[in-house]
Amino acid sequence: MDYTPHTDEEIQQMLQTIGVRSFDELVSAIPPEVRCRSFQIPEGLSEQEVLTLCEELVQPNRSLHEFASFLGFGSYHHVIPTVVDTLAARGEWLTPYTPYQAEASQGTLQMIYEFQTLICELMGMEVANASLYDGASALAEAATMSLRAHARPRLLIAQTVHPHYRQVMSTYLSGFPCVVQEIPSTNGVVDLEALAKALNDDVAAVILQQPNVFGCLEPMGEAFELAHRVGALCVADVYPISLGALKPPGSCGADIAVAEGRCLGSPVAYGGPGLGLLTTTQALLRRIPGRLAGCTVDRLGQRSFTLTLQTREQHIRREKATSNVCTNEGWLCLRATIFLSVLGPQGLRELAALNAQKAHALWRRLQELGFMKPAFDQPFFNEFTMRCLNDHTIEEINRKLLKQGLIGGLALRPWYPHLPDAAVWCATEMISTSDIDRLLDALKSL
Amino acid sequence: MKELIFERSVAGRRGYRLPPCDVTPRPVAELIPEEHLRQHAPHLPEVSELDVVRHYTRLSQLNFSVDTHCYPLGSCTMKYNPKLNDRIASWSRFAQMHPLHPASCSQGLLRLLDELEQLLCEITGMAAFTLQPAAGAQGELTGLKIIRAYHRAKRRARTTILIPDSAHGTNPASAALSGFRVVELKSNAQGLIDVGELRRHLSHDVAALMLTNPNTLGLFERDILAITALCHEHGALVYLDGANMHALLGLVKPGEMGVDLLQLNLHKTFSTPHGGGGPGAGPVGVAKALEEFLPTPRLRTRGTRYVWEERGKRSIGRVHAFYGNVGVLVRAYVYIRTLGKAGLERVSRAAIINANYLMAKLAGTFPAAFPGPCLHEFVATLKSLKAHGVTAWDAAKRLLDYGFYAPTVYFPLTVEEAFMIEPTETESKETLDAFAAALQQIAEEAKSDPEMVRQAPHRLPVHRVDDVKAAREPNLRWDVRGHKQFAKF
Amino acid sequence: MRVPSELRYTKTHEWILPDENEAMVGITVHAQEELRDVVYVELPAVGKSVKQGEPAAVVESVKAAFDIYAPISGTVVKVNSALASSPQLVNKDCYGEGWFFAIKPSEPQELNALMTSDQYTELTASETH
Repeated sequence: MDYTPHTDEEIQQMLQTIGVRSFDELVSAIPPEVRCRSFQIPEGLSEQEVLTLCEELVQPNRSLHEFASFLGFGSYHHVIPTVVDTLAARGEWLTPYTPYQAEASQGTLQMIYEFQTLICELMGMEVANASLYDGASALAEAATMSLRAHARPRLLIAQTVHPHYRQVMSTYLSGFPCVVQEIPSTNGVVDLEALAKALNDDVAAVILQQPNVFGCLEPMGEAFELAHRVGALCVADVYPISLGALKPPGSCGADIAVAEGRCLGSPVAYGGPGLGLLTTTQALLRRIPGRLAGCTVDRLGQRSFTLTLQTREQHIRREKATSNVCTNEGWLCLRATIFLSVLGPQGLRELAALNAQKAHALWRRLQELGFMKPAFDQPFFNEFTMRCLNDHTIEEINRKLLKQGLIGGLALRPWYPHLPDAAVWCATEMISTSDIDRLLDALKSL
Repeated sequence: MKELIFERSVAGRRGYRLPPCDVTPRPVAELIPEEHLRQHAPHLPEVSELDVVRHYTRLSQLNFSVDTHCYPLGSCTMKYNPKLNDRIASWSRFAQMHPLHPASCSQGLLRLLDELEQLLCEITGMAAFTLQPAAGAQGELTGLKIIRAYHRAKRRARTTILIPDSAHGTNPASAALSGFRVVELKSNAQGLIDVGELRRHLSHDVAALMLTNPNTLGLFERDILAITALCHEHGALVYLDGANMHALLGLVKPGEMGVDLLQLNLHKTFSTPHGGGGPGAGPVGVAKALEEFLPTPRLRTRGTRYVWEERGKRSIGRVHAFYGNVGVLVRAYVYIRTLGKAGLERVSRAAIINANYLMAKLAGTFPAAFPGPCLHEFVATLKSLKAHGVTAWDAAKRLLDYGFYAPTVYFPLTVEEAFMIEPTETESKETLDAFAAALQQIAEEAKSDPEMVRQAPHRLPVHRVDDVKAAREPNLRWDVRGHKQFAKF
Repeated sequence: MRVPSELRYTKTHEWILPDENEAMVGITVHAQEELRDVVYVELPAVGKSVKQGEPAAVVESVKAAFDIYAPISGTVVKVNSALASSPQLVNKDCYGEGWFFAIKPSEPQELNALMTSDQYTELTASETH
């Protein structure tokens, strides 16, 4: 099946109109030496055959629906209201491209404008863009944005920022004339003394994650105050669902706030596609990477929407652009927009509260076991770090849990060797009391 | 439709209910210290589920899309997006997979990704692929980081990337973001790379040539073998922007024309939906010598099992938080398996025939900027309209009135009043005939009633949008303050 | 097309009003017509030193951005802050209210190499034909 409509007769007519005898005449510009000699692709299949093939392929997989998973670490299992899937499946949303022709794209443009407004409200920030690839690339873009805004050579990033995010940032920054310094942690949060010592007027930006990789709540306001004293920009990477309960980055002094927005109505999807959120202040508006939708009027003065401030972008500025970003994650913007609209302020508050309740219940119950102890004495939202003080390694425990359809916390050792017995546990609203009971039973009978 | 979702808000209205808390609840203020808690709820709309359904259904109807309109946007390959791909990608054993669950839980998905890597290698003639980059531009960035790592491993400090003047804007932007200096190559009179010009610019400072083939004019670089050989003689790599791979399926393998690395845009050639601007996917393929520089983690097999290998001594590192846009990769895999060898070959053939047919139909009205057959797209010039005071932009707007999305306008920059037209293989002959007729009609209208064309569109939900006002007085979010719906805040 | 005779001109379509303390700089009628609607002007910081022929400001329309080059070397002593809220002044009055910035020249002799109004008129005439 190849989805092309042409009959053989039509092909002949078209070649005649073109004025060639054969297809080969059309591609005569291609030197014969580079024409394909072999093309070893399996033969095509009918829809039924493809379904059978994929059903077999998917057989060994086990989805989040088939486990009680206590693992988050940057990818969180959250509820997706049915209306999100139903509305987002419409071809009018799924099959257009970037809304270059405003008059024929008012749906997408108004949606992005609503999205930008919702994200600004959520983050307590002044300006939001129309999204980037994922949380990690949004953080990397925030870093390069800070370096361009401030002619200063150093970036400070807390070691409590997700290790994958730090790795992506470091890939993006290779080739940039800058130095990245990691700030150590103390008791699970950024060491404010070490931060104060590292800060001087060479520092372009300070980067923190809230809640951080251990699940702990960072003293973000204090850290950002220290950074502002030397004129550094403050970059926060946050968790959108937590903002139904937690202080938004805008109230903590952030100049740029980024996030992974997939949790707002999109499936975990093995980590991608994600939804990179990037917000900032009015002062940094011209430095923002990616698309922006704006509200304006049409020729007759009616409200209408268009892409705007495009001179920042690669298709106009080329090598002088604020970023090379071209596509955004429009379809996930739509899902987030519908998700936040249908939840509303009350729904979001309840959702955040449910996460906090379940995670704190899990935290209390795990301590009943006797061999699990909180690694840090810090407040948290829906994720926390526990040390496992019996004679089993976390890996051993997780292997046993897996056999019972349970996914345990993530061992931190690969990234934080100084925490060999620590794991990060998470409970979202998708975890029930009976899941926690099952976990506890399994852990008791180790 | 002018009402924003915020303007439908009624205080106290609910659109979704969460389950009750089934653990012993404690007040949130007891769980989390006051200083960390939000003081004011965000100003989200308070609407019913039906409000949301009507609002976003009606909004969707204001869009042109592939499912509703012919969308011949040059260089974007807006072809039909098969529904089967979406259906399979939505299965929970693809969509509801956690990236950090043990690999034993995702063997089927990993097998799919491994097979996709191999299929892409066979299609392009490259030795290895990474599926991590989330979009074409991120693929370019990945490729440039690999170029940088390759030269550094050879202890060469090369700082220049050569890019033809007809290239996509992402090319120079990606090169600059990777710390390179960009030198632009002027195209020759045929719109192709001038080999003499290339030779003059090649030096021991050139890290790579970044080219698009077929180029953005839809023309195949005839001298490609001389071009790649010349670059290699000077120790420079050849990067191919695979945005136009659509023309080459089963015809040419870039790896066999001397390309060292490339990115593919799966949302173009491999039919994954564009989603109003994404998500896409931009896998990068490399020749054997560059494999060790690919991003980590890499997908490997241990016996019969698939695993992620995190380490890579010379790898450029990670470019995505996890493994790339897996939801998009699944769709592309389904597409390739559905079409198979003969289907993929037919894609490029039909795309090339469609483009040439349309070019022939338009030759008397808006001729192509460069002579000779094109591949999957062509660039027409509308400069003849200037005599009537009508621009290509005006014609694009008028085309919307006829029910066609506009081609890419004013690109490439090397062509005056450019219309870059890519019909794709899934459009029928009668659609192309109607498109050509509409453009011929517009050419007539430009003579008889230029003012009407300048004021187009006339039949869309809004009239010509004031871009100047949008840029002079940026209004990028709705201001909730002062609106009665949010009075209580 | 208006090309005031008291000004000096560059090939890149900037004008400068010779003065030993505050030489005002802007773009010509020809340049602003080519640009069409100016939507944003990025000005240098006061106190910045600029070199002849190097980019000192950026002027933007909806779909294009152009560097504005310093006609002579010196220090930026004033900028036209009215352009921040009213970039359209560049279109309305490019030789008056739409000026960009003023330079205190460090190499006053550089002025001699710039074009007179007659030379500039000749240049634009040859460019448009």
